[in-house]
Amino acid sequence: MNKLFLICFFMLISTMSWAQDKVEMADVMRSNGKIYTVVAVCLTILTGLFVYVFLIDRKISKLEKENQK
Amino acid sequence: MKKSWWKILSFVLLVYTIVAGFLLDVPHLPILNETIRNLYFHVCMWFGMTILFGTSFYYSIKYLRGFNYRNDIYALNYAAVGCLFGILGYATGFEWVNVTWITDQGQSVGSVLKEPKLIGAAIALLIYGAYFVLRGSFTDIDKRARISAVYNIFAFAMLFPSIWIIPRIVGSLHPGAPGSDSGNPALDRKDLDATMRMVFYPAIIGWTLLGVWIATLKIRIQLMKDKNIINE
Repeated sequence: MNKLFLICFFMLISTMSWAQDKVEMADVMRSNGKIYTVVAVCLTILTGLFVYVFLIDRKISKLEKENQK
Repeated sequence: MKKSWWKILSFVLLVYTIVAGFLLDVPHLPILNETIRNLYFHVCMWFGMTILFGTSFYYSIKYLRGFNYRNDIYALNYAAVGCLFGILGYATGFEWVNVTWITDQGQSVGSVLKEPKLIGAAIALLIYGAYFVLRGSFTDIDKRARISAVYNIFAFAMLFPSIWIIPRIVGSLHPGAPGSDSGNPALDRKDLDATMRMVFYPAIIGWTLLGVWIATLKIRIQLMKDKNIINE
């Protein structure tokens, strides 16, 4: 049963890679010299930075509240 | 959360900066090519730095008017984040120089090192570096606050000749010097492309607000630490 599953799995993978070789689908991330990928990467970094700063902000607010008591 | 609208604004503006900054069309210029988009990042660092140093300068004067220790903490932390922006501006400028002046314009490394704008920016940052050294050398809090406030006013006064004025008088490769165009090309409405202006101004605001946010975090930590010293 396991072997059968593995065989099916690898066959699926091979068909997927074959499809990638030949067919070009509408893919935003690969158009225009893949500039959208750069935009996505930069946005991820920016979002990460802001989430980090926001978490520090919240931590300090909490400490300030405790300090006032 | 009521007072944090400007933090959200900063995030929105920076998302806009990256999306519009990478995807909108820019003028097609030789040597610069796509690197003209660095205007939204490299130049904004220097604008943000100037605004943060200006805020620090404002609080130093405020300190000297009433000797409230709180204003000294404000001045210190705005100057610290301003320095961070300056260092980032210097580093990004160096990356930009590498592919435009050195590789594509054929300038030698020697002539780039003699570049007045680079030397001026280094001097300005070192003057601010001395501000932190000066602060660290005092044990008395009041003396430290007073002398460093006076020094901070001097440092801000030196920022203008070393970064903005001298490089424009003696001539340099950097835009905004005699030989290229006079004045500040980024602020000249006739020089900067209309589409680029649409991204550039929000970018300045976004980056500056991010700097102010980080500075306020540092200030709040120090205010908590020095709660006993501050007399309200």
